Amino acid sequence: MSGPSDYQPSNPALQWIERRLPIFGLVHSSFVVYPTPRNLNYWWTFGAILSFMLGMQILTGVILAMHYTPHADLAFKSVELIVRDVNYGWLLRNMHAVGASMFFFAVYVHMLRGLYYGSYKEPREVLWILGVIIYLLMMATGFMGYVLPWGQMSFWGATVITNLFSAIPYVGESIVTLLWGGYSVGNPTLNRFFSLHYLLPFLIAGVVVLHVWALHVAGQNNPDGVEPKTEKDTVPFTPHATIKDGFGVACFLLLYAWFIFYMPNYLGDADNYIPANPGVTPPHIVPEWYYLPFYAILRSIPNKLAGVIAMFSAIIILCFLPWLDSARTRSSKYRPLAKQFFWIFVVVCILLGYLGAQPPEGIYVIAGRVLTVCYFAYFLIVLPLLSRIETPRPVPNSISEAILAKSRKAVASIAVALVAAGALFVGTVQDARAEEGGTKPPGNNWSFAGPFGHYDRGALQRGLKVYKEVCSNCHALSYVAFRNLAEAGGPGYSAAQAAAFASDYKIKDGPNDQGEMFERPGRPADYFPSPFPNEQAARAANGGAAPPDLSLITKARSYGRGFPMFIVDFFSQYQEQGPDYVAAVLQGFEDKVPEGVTIPEGSYYNKYFPGHAIKMPKPLSDGQVTYDDGSPTTVAQYAHDVTTFLMWAAEPHMEARKRLGLQVFVFLILFAFLMYFTKKKVWADSH
Amino acid sequence: MNPDASTIAAGAPIEVDLSPVAEGQDIKVFWRGKPIYISHRTKKQIDEARAVPVASLPDPQSDEARVKSGHDQWLVVIGICTHLGCIPIAHEGNYDGFFCPCHGSQYDSSGRIRQGPAPANLAVPPYTFVSDTKIQIG
Repeated sequence: MSGPSDYQPSNPALQWIERRLPIFGLVHSSFVVYPTPRNLNYWWTFGAILSFMLGMQILTGVILAMHYTPHADLAFKSVELIVRDVNYGWLLRNMHAVGASMFFFAVYVHMLRGLYYGSYKEPREVLWILGVIIYLLMMATGFMGYVLPWGQMSFWGATVITNLFSAIPYVGESIVTLLWGGYSVGNPTLNRFFSLHYLLPFLIAGVVVLHVWALHVAGQNNPDGVEPKTEKDTVPFTPHATIKDGFGVACFLLLYAWFIFYMPNYLGDADNYIPANPGVTPPHIVPEWYYLPFYAILRSIPNKLAGVIAMFSAIIILCFLPWLDSARTRSSKYRPLAKQFFWIFVVVCILLGYLGAQPPEGIYVIAGRVLTVCYFAYFLIVLPLLSRIETPRPVPNSISEAILAKSRKAVASIAVALVAAGALFVGTVQDARAEEGGTKPPGNNWSFAGPFGHYDRGALQRGLKVYKEVCSNCHALSYVAFRNLAEAGGPGYSAAQAAAFASDYKIKDGPNDQGEMFERPGRPADYFPSPFPNEQAARAANGGAAPPDLSLITKARSYGRGFPMFIVDFFSQYQEQGPDYVAAVLQGFEDKVPEGVTIPEGSYYNKYFPGHAIKMPKPLSDGQVTYDDGSPTTVAQYAHDVTTFLMWAAEPHMEARKRLGLQVFVFLILFAFLMYFTKKKVWADSH
Repeated sequence: MNPDASTIAAGAPIEVDLSPVAEGQDIKVFWRGKPIYISHRTKKQIDEARAVPVASLPDPQSDEARVKSGHDQWLVVIGICTHLGCIPIAHEGNYDGFFCPCHGSQYDSSGRIRQGPAPANLAVPPYTFVSDTKIQIG
């Protein structure tokens, strides 16, 4: 993009266009012959990874928007229908939701790389500031996207974040009203957030073009921080950088696919599988993991306005980085002190992220304050001071000289560090759901756990029987249709069996020609009817506590795994907190209440229920449901079967997900190897 | 982008019958999408609220100024934490009032902030007593 190109296409048609619009020359000079420093390491591939992720988010997002309904009463259900009924909807949704996290993960690596190698210094200040603007736009987009599923965390996240603006003196309240379009977070809020969530990615794409433009004018920085001087210092962008970026993207895709296919809910919050309820605040409101450090800063400050200012300053301060750090040496490679402080800063950020997920009490508040001071001290004290007192090591004269002196660093160690750091950072979210007075449920041996997990058909069929005969008296299963019983990966009934099963039910339909509602036998397309006409009726009939819908219960319940288990879970793919909890609660009823626990009248003691006082009486007892296949008719077996059934109800395409995951992994690993060897070949003469 | 006409119309005043609320109980009604707590306070709660020296409060306001005179037992507040908008839980916390589970703010039996990050007391919505047992909010 720097200056007119003398590129001449050989094809006459292309020549014709080129004379009128030199677009091929632009592409040729920017992405083919563009000189890129020879010594770039793999941290530089994150630029390409980010472009890829932006494209991925826009592509999946546009398709998701075709199926999504931005209305407060329908949004939650439409997301569930995407996952259950749209062709590969589960894949699209996982790619988009996990993609947001991956996008932020990559942007943090990209930013820290810029910080470490001094990529913000003269002449790249504008490039850096454009990057900060992209990051701000990403935060806004990510936040509004998280609101769209309209679960509990969506709703309350939106409430907390929009209320931040009420701290602004004089105009705060009017700004909040403008954001809401009403007197509180509600349907107008959801509508405008959907509109903006669709708009902002295209703004990001626009700023990315400016970002790349500025990059190609100033040229890329490099690990040694010396500008390329001769042709020996650079290699052409294509094929060298393209193939290296391709390999980087392939490796990144492995991490991405790990989440998409094997642990799509690891990064989310179980509470978001509960539909938004303006009358109940979840006990722990936690933002997505990528906002946690800033959330920790917000909460560390006891004054509301000051807290909001501190939180925004923590991001805005990045814009001033080029002037705060005036050291002449760019790369921290040659700055012994700056290097150490950089790593301390990284640790501070990770710890702040951890604290952001903790309840704001006791030691966490004090630690949060100390770390907030450290965060700002790095920018306001350490960097300005270092640039004055530090004696940098001698910088090589040129890039080619640096390469000759270079000790070969193992890429593997970088990859390992990357995965470990990522797991540590993202996993903190899980910890937010600390124990709330319930004993931790024991683990179970689920047929559906692990990368090759599949549902035990017998357990599904028995679980359906338990649900039908026991649970369905009080609990709805409103997202599951009778036709689902005959679908692949389900209980394995034939279409005729599912139709027969449906016809046992009476479904309310109408109005008919006389304008009256009538009852008819169920059809496969009908959904399981709810035992109560509405939530109020359910509440009134059950002593004030409405029995929750069970369609998503195994995904909507969880318990804190704590450090370091959430890191282990990342590798072991443990995803069964929900089923473990449900099975434990079903078996956790005890007649004898332990000393020191008081159970209010109308409630029952349950060992695993948070707070121990549950409104549901003991639902299952030995021999209550008869089994035809000779399985033991015990409470433990009932609990196991019905939990398996409910897991299927919550995740009907799990088998397809894990099966496709395996295929994708085989492909990606082969592809990554191919890219790696191609890259080696291309670079053979350049090292 | 301000609220549209239907949203404003739906935010018209509502009437609430207080006669079923026994002493020590409270009810939650929704007005303009916001939860409004109406508490029938006990003598003890009123005395506690009035015994506190007003000047010592983070957001100084007397209990008398927050209720309608002659109806001192009725506390009507918007149940939205003034910190970041969560819904406090009634009858919890150390001050016989409200406790916000999000960031730990505690309000007393007059809905005044006593502890935690919230900057202000729970807001009192505009309301009037239509009769002794009926109020109009809005």
